[in-house]
Amino acid sequence: MKQFLQSLLLIEICKGMWLTLKYMFVKPRVTINYPHEKGPLSPRFRGEHVLRRYPNGEERCIACKLCEAVCPAQAIVIEAEPREDGSRRTTRYDIDMTKCIYCGLCEEACPVDAIVEGPNFEFATETRDELFYDKERLLANGDRWEAQIARNLETEAKYK
Amino acid sequence: MSDHDDKKDKETQIRPYTMNFGPQHPAAHGVLRLVLELDGEIVERADPHIGLLHRGTEKLIEYKTYMQALPYFDRLDYVCPMNQEHAFALATEKLLDIQIPERAQYIRVLFCELGRVLNHILNITTFALDVGAITPALWGFEEREKGMEFYERVCGARLHANYFRTGGVSKDLPDGLIEDMMAWTESFPDTLNDLDNLLTNNRIFKQRTVDIGVATKEEALDWGFTGPMLRGSGVAWDLRKSQPYEVYDKMEFDVPVGKTGDCYARYLVRMEEMRQSLKIMQQCLRDIPDGEIAVDDHKITPPARGEMKRSMEAMIHHFKLFTEGYHVPAGEIYATVEAPKGEFGVYLIADGTNRPSRCRIRAPGFYHLQALDFMSKGHMIADTVSIIGSMDVVFGEIDR
Repeated sequence: MKQFLQSLLLIEICKGMWLTLKYMFVKPRVTINYPHEKGPLSPRFRGEHVLRRYPNGEERCIACKLCEAVCPAQAIVIEAEPREDGSRRTTRYDIDMTKCIYCGLCEEACPVDAIVEGPNFEFATETRDELFYDKERLLANGDRWEAQIARNLETEAKYK
Repeated sequence: MSDHDDKKDKETQIRPYTMNFGPQHPAAHGVLRLVLELDGEIVERADPHIGLLHRGTEKLIEYKTYMQALPYFDRLDYVCPMNQEHAFALATEKLLDIQIPERAQYIRVLFCELGRVLNHILNITTFALDVGAITPALWGFEEREKGMEFYERVCGARLHANYFRTGGVSKDLPDGLIEDMMAWTESFPDTLNDLDNLLTNNRIFKQRTVDIGVATKEEALDWGFTGPMLRGSGVAWDLRKSQPYEVYDKMEFDVPVGKTGDCYARYLVRMEEMRQSLKIMQQCLRDIPDGEIAVDDHKITPPARGEMKRSMEAMIHHFKLFTEGYHVPAGEIYATVEAPKGEFGVYLIADGTNRPSRCRIRAPGFYHLQALDFMSKGHMIADTVSIIGSMDVVFGEIDR
């Protein structure tokens, strides 16, 4: 009898309808108006790569090639030779962003915090060629995101 | 025989109509191509054609060091990445014969259960979407987003985590995460109850799922079902109970078992599993001890950064580890975890070098998909959709 009444009166349908109606008025808005609003990102976020510099403008990378060795996707290519002043620096530092799997191992391997996966995730391009990053592009990225990356590295330092 | 009878005879002998279902069909959950032989709208034979997402992961891993191979496990079942990593980490740890610190074990269990909740939210809501209910997907994905934020906070990526490393986990939990996760495990059951209200007794949902795609106990065992598919058919089998790994033996939880083995039973099992997972997560968050998050053997795990910059020995370990990786003693091992979809296993043959000689991956979805033929036989085309939905197939792991 109870079951008959329940099915005749569409009890469960009405309950569902009431619930959705309630959501319409009671629930606060949960969507964000991307790209004008953005969700939070943790300091650990692994996005677009950057090559960093020391505060005096000297590039950090010493061409130890650890990142090249550890990269599972073999996306990094490095060539190096001594500079005029005798210090060891890269002459070529390419990352193929179409190969990269954003695992973060390069960042973990780097002994001088030169290569870092920064907080930027909006680097979509219209052509494939634009995603073959060279050293110049990576250093430019580094200059652009340095402030935020330095802050993130500082908060993360105690976990490393 | 009259002319009329002759014509009637011909009309009764229709060949089964063959139809392609997918790979672009949204209800095919990815890239499943299904060749259906139909008699009218009744499915006579369902033939899944797989391999459209094949990336050769198993072969690829043979050319990677153990450290490099780990991120590829995220990309198998991309709905619950950390559970996959777990199987590989367990396999290498068994070969290396190391015991990871207790805190790392708790963190692993915590994130495996979060992965299970996230997987089941995705499965139940998209399953509901397949059978016509749109609202659960909208509500469920809001909660899923919150769960993915926890993933992102702990490892830096929402999906491709690369977090469970051999010997522990890569980073410690950030400050405040435990409190936030605890708050979420307390608020999430409300959404779960709402989903329950919308679906469990709903007559449309029941009409589409009850008695559809029945697999009996014997069939489920014969076809190698595991996870919710097996439990939905009434077999109480859960690797977390039968051969507890990490700290599952300290956790208090129940294993829900279905009775009927149809799509509805599998739905109910998954709903209850989410509640049990939340229970495990709360126990982990409450009891998590302080301490190390990885073994203190720097031949396997990288030394702390500060130490690496000060001590020559640590520096050498760091360089050795990131160029050559670690060597795993020769041997064979099969390690399994109870992934949200079933038994996910890694069979590893090590030859003493820094690379696996062979890595075979047992993906639960592959075995479930084989059963699609007998489960959908005699049902309508639309029922095939609910069967695929309730099977919880993800092609990253099936095609590997």
